[in-house]
Amino acid sequence: MTDAHAHDSSQYYIPHHSPWPILGSVTLFTVMLGAVSYLNDWLGAWVFLPGAALLGTLFFLWFGTVIDENQRGIYNLQVDRSFRMGMMWFIFSEVMFFAAFFGALFYARVLSVPWLGGEGVKVFTNYILWPHFEPAWPTSGPGHVGGRADSSFNVMNPLGIPALNTAILLTSGFTVTMAHHALRAGKRTPLAIWLALTFLLGFTFVGFQAHEYGEAYANMGLKLSTGIYGSTFFMLTGFHGLHVTIGAIMLTVIWLRVMRGHFTPKRHFAFEAVAWYWHFVDVVWLGLFIFVYWL
Amino acid sequence: MTIRKTLARLALAAAAGALTLPAWGEESGWAQLNMPQGVTDISRKIYALHMEIFWVCVVIGVVVFGAMIWSMIAFRKSKGAVADTTLVHNTQVEVVWTVIPVIILVAMAVPAARTLIEIEDTTRTGLNIKVTGFQWGWEYDYLDQGVTYFSHLDRASDAARELGSGVDPTTVPHYLLNVDHPLVVPNGVKVRLLITGADVIHSWWVKDLGVKKDAIPGFINEAWFKVDDGWTGLLRGNCAELCGRDHGFMPIVVDVRSRADFDTWLKNTAAEQKQAASPGASAPTGPLPNATAPAAAAPATRAPATATATVAAAG
Amino acid sequence: MAEPHAHAAAHDDHDHKPHGWRRWVFATNHKDIGTMYLVLSCTMFFIGGIAAECIRLELFRPGLQFFDPQFFNSLTTMHGLIMIFGAIMPAFVGLANWMVPMQVGAPDMALPRLNNFSFWILPFAFTLLIGSFFVPGGAPAGGWTMYPPLILQTGAAFPMLIFSVHLMGMSSILGAINVIVTIMNMRAPGMTLLRMPLFVWSWLITAYLLIAVMPVLAGAVTMLLTDHFFGTTFFTAAGGGDPVMFQHIFWFFGHPEVYIMILPAFGIISEIIPTFSRKPLFGYEAMVYAVASIAFLSFIVWAHHMFTVGMPLAAQLFFMLSTMLIAIPTGVKVFNWTATMWKGSLSFEPPMLFALAFLFLFSIGGFSGLMLAMVPADYQYQDTYFVFAHFHYVLVTGALFSIIAAVYYWLPKWTGHMYDMKLGTWHFWLSAIFVNVLFFPQHFLGLAGMPRRIPDYAVQFTDWNMVSSIGAFGFGLSQLLFPYLIIKCIRAGRAAGNRAWEGAHGLEWELPSPPPFHSWTTPPSDAVIARGAAH
Ligand code: HEA
Ligand code: HEA
Ligand code: CUA
Ligand SMILES: [Cu+2]
Repeated sequence: MTDAHAHDSSQYYIPHHSPWPILGSVTLFTVMLGAVSYLNDWLGAWVFLPGAALLGTLFFLWFGTVIDENQRGIYNLQVDRSFRMGMMWFIFSEVMFFAAFFGALFYARVLSVPWLGGEGVKVFTNYILWPHFEPAWPTSGPGHVGGRADSSFNVMNPLGIPALNTAILLTSGFTVTMAHHALRAGKRTPLAIWLALTFLLGFTFVGFQAHEYGEAYANMGLKLSTGIYGSTFFMLTGFHGLHVTIGAIMLTVIWLRVMRGHFTPKRHFAFEAVAWYWHFVDVVWLGLFIFVYWL
Repeated sequence: MTIRKTLARLALAAAAGALTLPAWGEESGWAQLNMPQGVTDISRKIYALHMEIFWVCVVIGVVVFGAMIWSMIAFRKSKGAVADTTLVHNTQVEVVWTVIPVIILVAMAVPAARTLIEIEDTTRTGLNIKVTGFQWGWEYDYLDQGVTYFSHLDRASDAARELGSGVDPTTVPHYLLNVDHPLVVPNGVKVRLLITGADVIHSWWVKDLGVKKDAIPGFINEAWFKVDDGWTGLLRGNCAELCGRDHGFMPIVVDVRSRADFDTWLKNTAAEQKQAASPGASAPTGPLPNATAPAAAAPATRAPATATATVAAAG
Repeated sequence: MAEPHAHAAAHDDHDHKPHGWRRWVFATNHKDIGTMYLVLSCTMFFIGGIAAECIRLELFRPGLQFFDPQFFNSLTTMHGLIMIFGAIMPAFVGLANWMVPMQVGAPDMALPRLNNFSFWILPFAFTLLIGSFFVPGGAPAGGWTMYPPLILQTGAAFPMLIFSVHLMGMSSILGAINVIVTIMNMRAPGMTLLRMPLFVWSWLITAYLLIAVMPVLAGAVTMLLTDHFFGTTFFTAAGGGDPVMFQHIFWFFGHPEVYIMILPAFGIISEIIPTFSRKPLFGYEAMVYAVASIAFLSFIVWAHHMFTVGMPLAAQLFFMLSTMLIAIPTGVKVFNWTATMWKGSLSFEPPMLFALAFLFLFSIGGFSGLMLAMVPADYQYQDTYFVFAHFHYVLVTGALFSIIAAVYYWLPKWTGHMYDMKLGTWHFWLSAIFVNVLFFPQHFLGLAGMPRRIPDYAVQFTDWNMVSSIGAFGFGLSQLLFPYLIIKCIRAGRAAGNRAWEGAHGLEWELPSPPPFHSWTTPPSDAVIARGAAH
């Protein structure tokens, strides 16, 4: 019902009433209720899963409307700029979300673990409460929380899969840029190939990451519950992996749109938005590689 | 205007009401308008700092509010004031009213920083006591002295505070500010508290000592105080961090004694606790003195409520 | 080309707006969405207010009369959360929705569907939050600050709390993105940045703050969630974490959050005072820079909420000094408002009355804030009623009064009707008097040693608590005048002209009252813009 026959769109464009926002809120609410009921052992995942499926469908439809309006040429340059700015600030908010978890990592490494080990102002903390704790990183804390049965654990060798994954993501950053060049030059076939390479690399990354998690759980005693190291490791890499997955799915959608002949060398906001998102995911990974795996 | 008249009448009524209020006695709540000065050097320094900033704010307030009130009276449209629409900018005054606050703030920061540095100096202490907050009470452990015990809200308050207990709180001595076993300390000695929490965060606060420090599970915070030489009596405080259902019901009482009294108390209590803990003792085992354990009756029966030296009297 | 153009024109006349419930539920119009935000805010204010009245009722005299302590703590927690996230923030977003497009010469917000999404998330978020009263274990009772480990003891309400915070955060972030994009991209040609009204400026900066800190809050509560359900140890010492770490992350959000609740208020006051002084704002550019510096400083003062947690000395000194610095730009604002009145031609309609009360009472709250910033003194004030007095002065007589002032200021524009001035004046005097009866004695209580968040107290605190409770009942009841006045104004009232107030300037006053469905279908001319931005 979102009518497109709006105003003289060379001046401005305002979509008239739309059902998507309210449906989006209702499904989002369903997802949240489902998560509550799952965590509280009320109804298991029986609300969450359908809710999540609905939410996914809904965003598919909502974006479908937008894409459709766009293809019909209703959007003027002002709308295009609005979308661009919106996407940039959305990415900034994501950066700040990761900042919270990086903050937790730095706090633990620079302050709380040394304090527990008796450094700085908290000598008595170590002396009275945790007399045998030597501060070191990685650690599962003075209480040796989690890990194997003897509460030991191993950490990922940064030169193994992580280094490979770094290479993969960096390459994918390159391929997406190549795709952008091809798009701007109006060359469809290279565009499709570079783009396909990008999301394939993305999914490969996720595959390796999943493998790494399997290893960590099965053989290394490294779990989400392995003290502060496990907490920061899995929350940071996990949220990053989630973002890579979302990004790769978005790239796939963009690729499908390319195959349908969407986008022109001049106007291709959606492509660029996803490319920015991809670069953001890339940069976060570099932070992770350095501070989580390497140092 | 009727509104103005009605307001005037309301104000009169309020003033009349105020006159009929109970006299402002020492014990009356009406007189409690300010921070107490406390019984340590630090607490008095904090009080002085507090008063200093207070007066600075009052003076700034008088000037700024004065200017506002003046504008409201002098430039009323109803009195024919005509706006001077050219008055939109004046770099000179703007610089002045940026710089003056800077100077005031520096003048406030210096004594504050000095006091803070003094407070943070936890060296050269004479007695170390580990304080553990738990849901809901305090545990005191005189490190290396063999004395440990728990401190809870006293029975009378505890009974009266139940929902619908029917007890009038005003009939309970020191309602909610009394414990079964106060923390006993000597005066004139720098006492170091090593504060931690057992379950959630609590905060050990006795305002007359000028000490408030959070009790954080898994960590130890340090604080210290040194009660004036010669001062004895009881000081009262509270847990100052929301810690669950009974957060309002975990007061702190500090029993300040002369050094000699304190030493005797410490020696006796240590002996009693050792005896109570020894396998042959007939008294109920457990390291803490409490009212039901005869061996520990001595410290416990010094019921704080009967002590007369309250802070109000001292301050 | 006459045909499509004629169509567009006819189209605008009929406004093509859906009617009935669809108009609201499927809304994409900034005014309709703004109205919904304001209605939600008012509802939440009343719910949060009723919680506050229950608190004041229990505290009327010592002894527990009505509530179990646990339920009392839930009331405190929910009062704080509902007032902050449900009453104040949505009210400002609602005002931004109504006014920003009109003030910058735009037809609507930049991203209208997203706008509706941001709104509709909120009622569900509050359903989740308030619904937590009815699950086993009761509503969250750990305070609005949600400190672990205590908050981890919450029962079935725990995930409801976390997810409702996530939803509120999402709503705020999307709303803020919309405001930024509208301001940066939808301004009429000729509306340069330094011609924008201060309300727009302050909201632009607020929106940046929102985008920077709401995700951090989301991260913090996510860590709570995983600590509770999935065995992480962010906030447990045994695993190498620290309960205090949560406080750092929370207040990194929390302090900018309090400025999120006051910067738009500064903007509103900067609109109202010039209007009723019939004189342009004094020191326009300094006002813009002041808002920007306050926003910047707000990121480096957070630990002043945590002076008692046992931070190293250097950190305490740093946070004390940075906090004190905020008094300087805030002072610039207060002085500029005073200078705006100086040599003006003042009249005292309800918006001006509330703005003047803001000037005095917010400053009082600011002074007590400054006292709180002195670390040694804060050791005595922290977690007492003195803190309550401080922030209710800045929040109730600051943020809330500015919202009431804004409604009184723009109501004639929104409805096309003048309201009952006398009733508004009554509302003002009753509010201004009772709010001081309510909160001023809390300074005394705090200094005398009454801790915050307690359901029952020692008997020497009785007298001032009674006074405070009487003030609370009086203040609460006085607020009933407000919706009554608004409804009366919508139903009837003398027609208000385009420029409802003699001294009003700015683009919104160039539009008819009530404004057309799409505010500025053709951008205002440069002359019109210049007329509004005469500073
Ligand atoms: C709108 C909300 C708002 C605003 C604007 C402020 C403004 C300020 N706040 Fe406040 N604050 C809160 C909301 C707010 N606060 C809340 C909600 C809490 C408690 C949270 C909780 O624990 O639940 C809190 C708590 C709080 C604390 C922690 C107290 C504690 O728990 O121990 C501190 C400590 O520094 C503080 C300081 C300040 C300062 C220095 C300002 C300054 O910005 C004030 C600046 C203004 C002025 C100073 C007045 C005008 C200036 C002049 C007239 C110029 C001349 C003046 C001088 C040179 C002195 N606040
Ligand atoms: C913007 C935020 C905001 C606002 C507007 C208010 C408004 C009020 N607050 Fe506020 N308050 C907070 C934010 C706010 N508060 C926060 C953040 C906390 C800390 C929470 C924590 O510690 O975690 C707090 C805590 C707090 C406490 C301490 C609780 C405790 O220690 O346990 C008290 C107690 O007096 C209090 C009182 C009030 C009152 C009486 C009002 C009044 O202004 C409310 C007036 C409004 C109404 C009453 C509603 C409208 C009227 C009706 C519906 C008619 C019916 C009325 C009657 C029956 C009288 N508040
Ligand atoms: Cu212990 Cu509050
Ligand atoms: Cu703050």
